[in-house]
Amino acid sequence: MIRKFALAGAALAATTFMSGTALAQTIGFSQVGSEGDWRPAFSANMQESAKEYGVDLKFANAQGKQEEQLRAVRAFIAQGVDAIIIAPVVVTGWDQVLREAKEAEIPVFLVDRDVDVEDKSLYVTRISADFNLEGKLAGAWLAAESLGDCKVVELQGTTGSAPAIERKGGFEAVLDQFPAMEIVASQSGDFTTDGGKKVMEAFIKSTNNLEGICASFAHNDNMQLGAIQAMKEAGLKPGEDVLMVSVDYVPAIKDALDAGEANASVELRSAVGEFIYPVVLDYLKNPTELDKWIVIPGDLHTAD
Amino acid sequence: MASTDSTAEHSAPGRVKAIAQSRAIWPLLALALILIVAGFISPNFYEIRIVEGRLFGNLIDILYRAVPTALVALGMAVVIGTRGIDLSVGSIIAIVGAVIVWRIKMGDPHVTILFTALAAGILCGMWNGFLVAALGIQPIIATLILMVSGRGIGMLINLLYGGTDPSFESAFLQGLSTGSIWLIPTRLVLAAGIFLALWLLIRRTALGLFVESVGGNAAASNLAGVNARVIVFVAYVLCGLLSAWAGIIMTADTHTSDPVSVALYIELDAILAVVIGGGSLAGGRIYLGMTVIGALVIQALTTATLISGLPPEYNLIIKALVVLSVLFLQSANARNAIRGLVSRKPS
Repeated sequence: MIRKFALAGAALAATTFMSGTALAQTIGFSQVGSEGDWRPAFSANMQESAKEYGVDLKFANAQGKQEEQLRAVRAFIAQGVDAIIIAPVVVTGWDQVLREAKEAEIPVFLVDRDVDVEDKSLYVTRISADFNLEGKLAGAWLAAESLGDCKVVELQGTTGSAPAIERKGGFEAVLDQFPAMEIVASQSGDFTTDGGKKVMEAFIKSTNNLEGICASFAHNDNMQLGAIQAMKEAGLKPGEDVLMVSVDYVPAIKDALDAGEANASVELRSAVGEFIYPVVLDYLKNPTELDKWIVIPGDLHTAD
Repeated sequence: MASTDSTAEHSAPGRVKAIAQSRAIWPLLALALILIVAGFISPNFYEIRIVEGRLFGNLIDILYRAVPTALVALGMAVVIGTRGIDLSVGSIIAIVGAVIVWRIKMGDPHVTILFTALAAGILCGMWNGFLVAALGIQPIIATLILMVSGRGIGMLINLLYGGTDPSFESAFLQGLSTGSIWLIPTRLVLAAGIFLALWLLIRRTALGLFVESVGGNAAASNLAGVNARVIVFVAYVLCGLLSAWAGIIMTADTHTSDPVSVALYIELDAILAVVIGGGSLAGGRIYLGMTVIGALVIQALTTATLISGLPPEYNLIIKALVVLSVLFLQSANARNAIRGLVSRKPS
């Protein structure tokens, strides 16, 4: 019942959109779902900024199911949209439907996650953040701030997860350039406040109150917020005694930056419409070969 | 007087044997071993100082960090005593955390919030107790329902106030969790009080006996006039209440509510603590003191791993190996087999 109703609603919405704006570029966007905090913000931004760019956006929520997503993409092809944007639910199983889009001469753009297809010409480009770059940016800020001389404790994300591996890799790549910079302790805080706090408590004891430690690098803000609490409870001054740099830029870290308890946070943007639409619209005006990955930069925010 | 002295002398070897066969010795031995190894890894491991008006050091950390797991494990011990299991304890903690932040954002007095949070835990326990005791659903399935839905419920509660910034400050609640009374962390004092109250309830009233009889043989205890359903129901409510207290401590500790990941897998640690403490999943036994030792073994291991400097990939492997060795030592079969090998060698 609910599904029928939703389909009818979608069809109705589609027809009203089509009749409404005849001149605007029509773009179909198939989103993964609405899990977590980040993705709903991402969806809302895509819909809002579509208006600014004069794009007639057809939004389809796949509710985390690939079959739903394939159906949505085929519906976009049938409607003859000008371009299709996909935030893939999973990386595999895309060859067939992307070939159908290519035969219909509709360019496909990927956002967020990657797809695994043999023929890379099946999509124009992928536009997304780069976890590795986030780690590099954090490392570069730290190198500049400490003049390349810094012993770091690291709070890793969930062991084996892509953001943890990539952020660590990027951060270490920068540290390798500076002989006096090294990670002296590294443990997993599982991306949680609780985990970050426990790990920092242990570090405080194993390094004799963070003696000689100049910075704490956390793979996300939540762990850093836990670390800040652990340091305060041990009578240390986070942000002054030790430089605090992390990734995400969540609301609570903004407060910590203002209070001087954190020093820097690299933003993982949810407001990405301003990066995605120009690429798509330029390509529709002037179809040229693009790089297969266009990186959305994450700004580094500091207290000032 | 003289006669008691002489019996004590006579039974001295017997006492050594009794200690060796006591279920208490192996978890305590494991705890001691972990602490000794940790001392080798980190020379200042045993150092205790006074920082910011409270005791500070690795040993204090182990006690301090073991509190939530120990509280949940005590509730689990009672539930397991009825031959049940409660998989939903982590989700109860997630719900309690979300309720606390929601009520704080709504401007309730923080003392009221403490009771609202405990009530939320009791309500969760009543739900589990209803499914198990009234409907007769298998405990592992009955509590699985709240386990899988609880974190979603927590996220929905977060939505009640917008949920974009779930961090908060509360001097009262944080005092209960991270504060201290005369140098001793408040949570340790409170946990000791809760333990004592639970011990009196289980060991100084008939409740413990009823729980163990229901766990041992529900039909027989029913015939003996014990209302098994009521006992089972009460056990799940107790577990919900203790989990709620753990939830209050954890939420106030991190100043935030994180329903997706708070206390993830705590049900496994709690079950493990009960089993290390000598409890049996077949029910009929409750060892409150040993369950706390079990929780301390797990936390000592975690703290030692964190300071060891090993890459995090090893954390769970080390935990599994140590748990395996403790359970191996506890197994009478394994001990007899080893003894057999040792005694055969000379001949």
